[in-house]
Amino acid sequence: MAEISLRDVRKSYSGLEVIHGVDLEIADGEFVVIVGPSGCGKSTLLRMVAGLEEITAGEIAIGGRVVNRLEPRERDIAMVFQNYALYPHMTVRENMAYGLRIAKLSKAEIEERVARSAKMLELGQLLDRKPRQLSGGQRQRVAMGRALVRNPAAFLLDEPLSNLDAKLRVQMRLQIKELQRTVRTTSIYVTHDQVEAMTLADRLVVMNAGVAEQIATPAEIYDRPATTFVAGFIGSPAMNMLPARGLGDALEVAGQRLAVPAPAGRDLILGIRPEHLHPAGPEEPGFELHVQAVEWLGADAFAHGSLADGTDLVLRTPGKAPVRERDRLKVAPDAAALHLFDAGTGRRL
Amino acid sequence: MAEHEMIGTSRQSRIMAHFLLVIGVIVVAFPIWYVFVASTHPLQQILRPPLPLLPGAEGPSNYARALSGDIGRIGGVGVDRLLLNTAVVAFGIAVGKIVISMASAYAIVFFRFPLRMVCFWMIFITLMLPVEVRILPTYKVMVDLHLIDTYAGLILPLVASATGTLLFRQFFMTIPNELMEAARVDGAGPWRFFKDILLPLSATNIAALFVILFIYGWTQYLWPLLVTNSNSMNTIVIALRKMISFADADTPWDLVMVTCVLAILPPILVVVLMQRWFVKGLVETEK
Repeated sequence: MAEISLRDVRKSYSGLEVIHGVDLEIADGEFVVIVGPSGCGKSTLLRMVAGLEEITAGEIAIGGRVVNRLEPRERDIAMVFQNYALYPHMTVRENMAYGLRIAKLSKAEIEERVARSAKMLELGQLLDRKPRQLSGGQRQRVAMGRALVRNPAAFLLDEPLSNLDAKLRVQMRLQIKELQRTVRTTSIYVTHDQVEAMTLADRLVVMNAGVAEQIATPAEIYDRPATTFVAGFIGSPAMNMLPARGLGDALEVAGQRLAVPAPAGRDLILGIRPEHLHPAGPEEPGFELHVQAVEWLGADAFAHGSLADGTDLVLRTPGKAPVRERDRLKVAPDAAALHLFDAGTGRRL
Repeated sequence: MAEHEMIGTSRQSRIMAHFLLVIGVIVVAFPIWYVFVASTHPLQQILRPPLPLLPGAEGPSNYARALSGDIGRIGGVGVDRLLLNTAVVAFGIAVGKIVISMASAYAIVFFRFPLRMVCFWMIFITLMLPVEVRILPTYKVMVDLHLIDTYAGLILPLVASATGTLLFRQFFMTIPNELMEAARVDGAGPWRFFKDILLPLSATNIAALFVILFIYGWTQYLWPLLVTNSNSMNTIVIALRKMISFADADTPWDLVMVTCVLAILPPILVVVLMQRWFVKGLVETEK
């Protein structure tokens, strides 16, 4: 077990910088999820920690030891790949034992470790099968098992669930979380799926275009997103973003005055999550929403519509929605749950 | 399976198919049968046509004479010696080609080094040069290295193989990158990755290539003809050529036929023994 620290880590490909200086301190035993859209550099960052990509600048340390120039095998890490990368000609047992055999562990020790990991992952029946005889979920578990037997300082997981169907993904997500709780090994998990990110992470790193936009607990990221990108990326449906203008003691948005203090004369963006809008009372100030579509999901419903000035707005209502298409509806935001961002920089005020 | 059922629906078409098949077998197999029949008759019988269609009584003695070196035109070297020479050469060429082409394909696919593509193209363009073009310089090199009449001289010039390199390159490129990365994380260096992962995955390809190359080596003519002077270093194909004189009466046709039969057997053996792997290597796509 070990802490991992990244200090101003950068990556360039032939002069073009793709990771623009990431700083990250991961505590011993912590489960950190890096999330972001495809191409944001999250996988590259993970591969740099693994030692599969060179580090252009900055420093990566695992367990207090700078590993910049070390081969993957010298970094004491184990990795789970998106396509599992199981050795096709080896049985499950051989796949799991391969790294241990190279590390020259005794036969008895290897046997014991493989048996223990196989038990944790319920792979006992499959030990003598070849990967091609396994289902996707089983292969995924073998890939996990191969990482687990190594008993490494850190687990690195690169979109390990994205090749599974939705139901299996939920199941494996829970299993991974439970497993990590049990072994308490420092883990970095890369995904583009925000549900995976929110449910698994002790702490989340939201990446965009080679920059870590925000590093915080899932709750903090959801409640206090640092930038408009984070606000828009985490949460589904996405947060409503309304152009606004500060008036000192109030805010002007979509032709309405909201009693929210905001710096006078500044162009701002007001963020409101769909669940923080409610049908306004008769005296309450609110927005006139022209509902264009209603999606009913069972537990709750989303009403998509637009305001008088054309801004799109999504409203989330619990249960069978009292709203219908083509309704005109007055909605008001929950004053305590508003997010204000600078329109120029996108940063939270 | 499904195709067989589709074609073999009516009895008539099945009979027709078998008829054609039998004709095909006769066309291919009859000359070989005839060679075998001829190898069991005395010389006088062969020289006085027509030759019977059934084996004669001289078989055992013909074979014994050929194996004990009773063929004067090749200096009394036994056919067993020729078989040994040819086996060594064919095996050496096949194994040598596979080792060299796997090694160079491994370097080209999995390593980044300066002039990598230049190396690849240099190998590639040698495909366009037939052996005959470089035969004189190669001969000179062999003379200078005193490799005339040696196994090394017979094998080495035929070992480099652009075709094999290309074949393995294509195969290696289908191996997912993550597999190599997983091995790296597991602690395997380049050599272990080659030995533990790449080699087992290439097994069927190697087998298929081995069969093809063994027969290629077995049937080599021009190069062994040039590089061997001594009768005891001849390959069986060269010896066969030497046995045959322009005058029919001068040629021990019975023993020539024996040599022919013996020359065919090892390649057949290799194909039969490795057939399963051979076919697998040619058709397998699943990794």
